[in-house]
Amino acid sequence: MSKYFGARAAVVDLDLKIPAGLCFAMLGPNGAGKTTGLRMIYGAARPSAGSVRVFGLDVARNPRAVRARLGVTLQENVLIEELSPVENLRVFGRYHRLPEKRLGARVEELIDWLDLRSHAEVPVAALSGGFQRRLAIALSLVNRPELLLLDEPTTGLDPAARQLLWARIRELRAAGTSIVLTTHYMEEAERLCDRVAILARGRCVCEGAPRELIAERLPREAVEVDCSAQDERRWFTAPGSPDRRIRTGERLIVYAERAAEVIERIRRSDGGELRPLVARPTNLEDVFLDATGTVLRESG
Amino acid sequence: MNLSLPYAWSVWRRNATLYLRTWQWNLLPNFFEPVLYLTAIGIGLGAYVSRMDGQTYIEFLAPALVCVAAMNGASFEVTYNMFVRLNMRRTYDAMLTTPLSPDDVLAGEMLWALTRVCLYGGGFFAVAALFGLAPLPRSLAAVPLIPLTGLLFAAIGIVFTLHIVNIDLYSFYFTLFVTPLFLFSGVFFPLEERLPAGWLWLAEALPLLHPVRLARAIFTGRLGWIAVWDLAYMALVTPLLLGWALRKARRRLIA
Ligand SMILES: Nc1ncnc2c1ncn2[C@@H]1O[C@H](COP(=O)(O)OP(=O)(O)O)[C@@H](O)[C@H]1O
Ligand SMILES: [Mg+2]
Repeated sequence: MSKYFGARAAVVDLDLKIPAGLCFAMLGPNGAGKTTGLRMIYGAARPSAGSVRVFGLDVARNPRAVRARLGVTLQENVLIEELSPVENLRVFGRYHRLPEKRLGARVEELIDWLDLRSHAEVPVAALSGGFQRRLAIALSLVNRPELLLLDEPTTGLDPAARQLLWARIRELRAAGTSIVLTTHYMEEAERLCDRVAILARGRCVCEGAPRELIAERLPREAVEVDCSAQDERRWFTAPGSPDRRIRTGERLIVYAERAAEVIERIRRSDGGELRPLVARPTNLEDVFLDATGTVLRESG
Repeated sequence: MNLSLPYAWSVWRRNATLYLRTWQWNLLPNFFEPVLYLTAIGIGLGAYVSRMDGQTYIEFLAPALVCVAAMNGASFEVTYNMFVRLNMRRTYDAMLTTPLSPDDVLAGEMLWALTRVCLYGGGFFAVAALFGLAPLPRSLAAVPLIPLTGLLFAAIGIVFTLHIVNIDLYSFYFTLFVTPLFLFSGVFFPLEERLPAGWLWLAEALPLLHPVRLARAIFTGRLGWIAVWDLAYMALVTPLLLGWALRKARRRLIA
């Protein structure tokens, strides 16, 4: 599918098959087209070209049937600030036409499950950001969706709140709910999701299981070091030097199967000076840097 | 048309739930306004006005103010309140993550606006009746004019709301549209006596003129053929505007 707003392309030729029962991430920076992509999945935006099938149904033709079976947490919380979490959940449950009795039971269940009990009867305006985010997620679960769409579920949350949400998302997935989330946290996609599509400027640059994406594209380890271009040239002119390097300003990232070899090469060339550097496993962030074309490849 | 009344009803219930939480702040101002006009202008100014068509001035004013109450009730709900739900609180974005269609959302909003219209218009009618300004049972026939007027002005307001992107534009809506209608639709003086004959046909375009003329005719029991034209105007213009609002809402809500 593609989506244009006038001349501006928000999503271009996005072609994804998202398997049921998995946690799938759309990973990309701001403006990559993640929200627009999600909106097309649940039918709140009409693709300029292409089509979307959810549960085997064409969303444009059967929006009601599709949306009855999925839940969406929007990027910005949409809550009724004057009302309490319980009342918000009741209002939302009515959009799904849940029978009042079943709705009441479901509301209680969600209040407990997302740790909202202590503030269940307080106007939402008085709740902290973490509470509000959990309530927004609770709203999208009120109809027991088979598919849950989460638009940047943890952006702006503190680490503890983020950990709690991750745990809940894992539980949902374990219980069989399919999940599609968007994020610009590489770590979130890597630790939480079975498959990742990396988006940049509206296009999908690569898609697959995080481990495989990393293994396919880059050596296993990375060394990060602050240095000048001169230093870089000095270190890596000899034959057999690692040729996968990315520079962003002063920061240089060097990829190699064994980080120790890179460090040794730098130390030797520096003549014993102990320059601060970081060795770590290659991650999705590196894949993103590589895939969006900012990686420096020198012919060895 | 992709409308389901039970879903529209859930939109109505959302607004009603919120309204019940804050009704003290909402209900009183809108309700007092026409009552204030009635007392200040009807009793105050009315003392200096000779009888009109065998009526006191306040009797002349009362049926028209029933329609004004309906117009105001509708206008406030579908302007600022609806703008906030559409553009600021993103209420409709959240609704469209559920099985609700844009048609359901619009219908629910319309039903809700009508509810408020009936509260204000009906409330004002009751006050007028209490003061003996609505001759019973004759004037009861004017009660349906409350939702009809409300529907017409809700449709106009919704079309406006769906087209603007800046909330400040409502000051134009009220000062250049609603207030002039209030002042020049035959509420305070018989238009046909003050306006040159060449201009009278133009006044027929004013939407508030028709319910006002109907209400007054019903209150005085002097219903004439012109009532057919007044009803026809409302029966024609309202659906046209509703259709426009519906097409626009579909395009606004599903971008
Ligand atoms: N309703 C809209 N009108 C015009 N441009 C839009 C609209 N929605 C999104 N865009 C543009 O489309 C691009 C992708 O936006 P979005 O999907 O929100 O990205 P993300 O969620 O990844 O940050 C951005 O350049 C954005 O400005
Ligand atoms: Mg976004």
